[in-house]
Amino acid sequence: MSDRVRTALGPLELPSPVLTAAGCGGTGRELAPFFDLGRLGAFTTTSVTAQPRAGRPTPRVAETPSGLLTAMGMPGPGIETFLERDLPWLVEQDVRTIVSLAGHSVEEFAELAHRLRGVPGVAAVEVNVACPNVADRGRMFARHPAAAAAAIRAVRDGTRPGTPVLAKLAPDATDIVTIALACVDAGADGLTLINTMEGMAIDTGTLRPALTGVSGGLSGPALRPVAVRCVYQVHAALPHTPIIGTGGVATGLDALELILAGASAVAVGTALFHDPLAVPRVLRELEEALAARRIERLADAVGLAHRPAGFVPPQVRPHEPEKERTP
Amino acid sequence: MSDTPVQTSATVLTVRQVQDYHAMTLVAPAIAERFRPGQFVAAAVGGAHTARLVRRCFGVHEVKSDYGGTVEVVFADTEPGTGWLAGLRSRDQLDLVGPLGRPFRLPRDPVGCVLTGGGPGAASLFALADTLLRRGCKVHFVLAGPSARQVFGSRMAQRVGDTAAIVTEDGSVGEEGTLDDVLPRVLQETGADVVYGCGPTDLLRTITQIAGELGLPSQVSVEEFLQRTGACGTGLCMTCMLPVHGEDGVTRMVRACADGPVLRGDRVRWSDLGTIPFDALGAPRVLSVTEGGSR
Ligand SMILES: Cc1cc2nc3c(=O)[nH]c(=O)nc-3n(C[C@H](O)[C@H](O)[C@H](O)COP(=O)(O)O)c2cc1C
Repeated sequence: MSDRVRTALGPLELPSPVLTAAGCGGTGRELAPFFDLGRLGAFTTTSVTAQPRAGRPTPRVAETPSGLLTAMGMPGPGIETFLERDLPWLVEQDVRTIVSLAGHSVEEFAELAHRLRGVPGVAAVEVNVACPNVADRGRMFARHPAAAAAAIRAVRDGTRPGTPVLAKLAPDATDIVTIALACVDAGADGLTLINTMEGMAIDTGTLRPALTGVSGGLSGPALRPVAVRCVYQVHAALPHTPIIGTGGVATGLDALELILAGASAVAVGTALFHDPLAVPRVLRELEEALAARRIERLADAVGLAHRPAGFVPPQVRPHEPEKERTP
Repeated sequence: MSDTPVQTSATVLTVRQVQDYHAMTLVAPAIAERFRPGQFVAAAVGGAHTARLVRRCFGVHEVKSDYGGTVEVVFADTEPGTGWLAGLRSRDQLDLVGPLGRPFRLPRDPVGCVLTGGGPGAASLFALADTLLRRGCKVHFVLAGPSARQVFGSRMAQRVGDTAAIVTEDGSVGEEGTLDDVLPRVLQETGADVVYGCGPTDLLRTITQIAGELGLPSQVSVEEFLQRTGACGTGLCMTCMLPVHGEDGVTRMVRACADGPVLRGDRVRWSDLGTIPFDALGAPRVLSVTEGGSR
């Protein structure tokens, strides 16, 4: 990995800006046969819950144009098994690991942070606030600034000061900037933007909703413009808060787009299901794209799209058409 | 040789229509050399600029050493993705990941084996037969389907098997009837020691039940369930979950792709497919609309 792609999320330095997105990289073991996990900027775990969760019945996924709709029901082994079985494996492989947490109440978030405190091998903690809050009749924390902030505060208070806490926000909010500001006020050191967006598909054969969960989360390239918009708006309001851009990244140029909007790193989710080698490929393509634009350091590209229109950026040389691979 | 899967750009050699199905032979040496019967491949459909992100998973009918190594898959054209595949021609490229999943476990001794199935999934039984025969096992086929067009490989079964029984609901090939009418008899007549199955989920359930009644172990590939529910084939997405009870008696939701596709038939909770049984590990303790959320 070249110095060109080095990046940082606040105090957390990463040799590569390409991460796996929460819930899309399995336990790490499933990806390991395909590429050296050391090439990951970081591995983000599936959101860890307090108890084991079987999740929703099948069908959990439907294919939509350039996207997936999934209703998973937050399946996972629970934090105890995670700490015994999954995290130690990642530590053994020397993989920088961001642990994602999912609680159904502020107390549960606090408990999860407490269980994780001091555990070796946690590069950062990501708080998945796209969870139903049982204290609020199941409405998502991510939809309400105060609820999201309370979850972040609980995790920040329970986490060692040196370990960054990232707030992972969902686009299904009236104003994502308000939510982001509330989370940063509550102590979030960075933001992961975005989680899936609620959508729905109906099976025209069975004449019923395609998913058992009825509605589901839209992910994949279909979501990318929404992610770019969210990153752009939040970076404009919080230019000094590091952002992990997530949503439909499948190529190096997709990654660059989120970086230009204001992300310091990107996470690849759905593309991993289609291409298990997506992470090293996106990294290679991003390095090439930066070089073609004579951008020497990734940091110089972060938020570049916010420059006023009169600014003349380095141009891509016209006779080098770029390979594009947009699912 | 290694048992880890690879991603490769395979070259289409031939695509043939076989009854209601399509048989596609692909040059994919790295997959062919790693393959063990019961494993599957996951194909990306729609080409380089595809809008279809779900990989289509297919069992492997046979591997050959021609052209450095080929794999053949058999599939039904049931949706636009498989329709696109069926339209591929010789020399086209196909992005394949494989071999994936756990293979059929093979008997240590040269025992009698009944290989039973139907639909395009029955194709996987032939790669298995090849391996079993080379180990000196006896191979007895029982193929079932609604009618001749949905029974893949009946002539091949007669050629390679020590015995082969075919049964269709309309009697258009073999006997008229269902698997229930034929399988118990074949198991008794052949004195088989183990039953292998691949095909529609309902058929696997029947196979498991009949084998169980005779005290025989069954190993079945839940390939069809995987095709209906999965998205990646590699164990990442956690969508192809089915309830399986373990040695410890605890029911867990396991992945059809990475924990299967071959499972012990008697471990699968066939009546609970498509549900989370209330006694499964991590099952919701209270039923509520909001339980779980969408992520
Ligand atoms: C199958 C699946 C499981 C996911 N699981 C989680 C999860 O556990 N926690 C979380 O914060 N986000 C989860 N996500 C959301 C992703 O991390 C990501 O934010 C979103 O899918 C958009 O990125 P993508 O288009 O690259 O997939 C999941 C997404 C999918 C498709």
